[in-house]
Amino acid sequence: MKVIELKMTVTDSNDRDAQALRRELTERGIFLINLMSAPGSGKTTLLSRTITDLAGKVKIGVMEADIASDVDARRISELGAESIQVHTDGMCHMDAGMTRTGLENMENSGDRIVFLENVGNLICPAEFDTGAHKNVMILSVPEGDDKPLKYPLMFSKSDVLIITKSDAAPYFDFDFEAVESRVRKLNPSILIFPVSAKTGDGMEAWEDYILSEWEKRHA
Amino acid sequence: MHELSIVKHVIKTLREVVEENHVRRIGSVTLEVGEVSGVVIEQLADCWNYFREKDELVKGAPLYVETIEAVTFCTSCEKTYETVKFGKTCPYCGSAETYLLTGNEFSIKQIEAETDDSVEP
Repeated sequence: MKVIELKMTVTDSNDRDAQALRRELTERGIFLINLMSAPGSGKTTLLSRTITDLAGKVKIGVMEADIASDVDARRISELGAESIQVHTDGMCHMDAGMTRTGLENMENSGDRIVFLENVGNLICPAEFDTGAHKNVMILSVPEGDDKPLKYPLMFSKSDVLIITKSDAAPYFDFDFEAVESRVRKLNPSILIFPVSAKTGDGMEAWEDYILSEWEKRHA
Repeated sequence: MHELSIVKHVIKTLREVVEENHVRRIGSVTLEVGEVSGVVIEQLADCWNYFREKDELVKGAPLYVETIEAVTFCTSCEKTYETVKFGKTCPYCGSAETYLLTGNEFSIKQIEAETDDSVEP
């Protein structure tokens, strides 16, 4: 018996898969956005509004990842966007291999934005690179302004933070400035968009951001 | 079930190592886990015990876990302190301008293995 020294991170093979997937997607003209949040943060509602507002500007596909059921995929396909449902069979996150398999099941593969709606969870999805070009995390007002303190990894890994249900802020004593200062300590370069998918407040800034990132890739 | 998927990823990585190194059998696996990596070692051990009965690759192989202490560095007073005790705020000067030096690790340190020496690497 001999000792083989490895010093490999546990997610080493996933990290390599994710890098390869990202390159392939770029070549195929797919801009993949990984949406992460706790259950009930309003991901699907935000996505529905975004799809409706961007209709005619860019093609959109959605991959819904859940432990079970297809309620989210049905809601999205009612809007006319292509949506597929991926079941993680009890796993708490998507990894690069699962994302690749999911994308292979999409009918129209090239030239579009694909949103990956990750499993509702603020812990594990942050640890596994899905191969996405941008990581977007959603925090809803009712969850409270202390979440950056409790789930630091998620906030530090994300490129964008969307604060949803902003219209409910007066009922929950939600302090936007406190969130911003807590998040910036963890991640100085993160972009923050407070939105209400219900009233439409703030949606334009978030949608402009998506379009500008899309155009950067299709100039 | 965070630890279950971590064990699955460990085994996936090991499968690649085994092929590259012509390993016939894995004798043991040693992980390095930081104190604030968010992994529950007891649960990790449970998941490992489940897989080591199911998966031929790691059949019967014990899992050893070495814990790495979490240490934070304060950029204001340039001192280091124990992360688990004091968190993000420096106990010496009260500054929040701090960052983690160690403690977030999660890596496969080494394996003990029986290799097939008849094959040249």
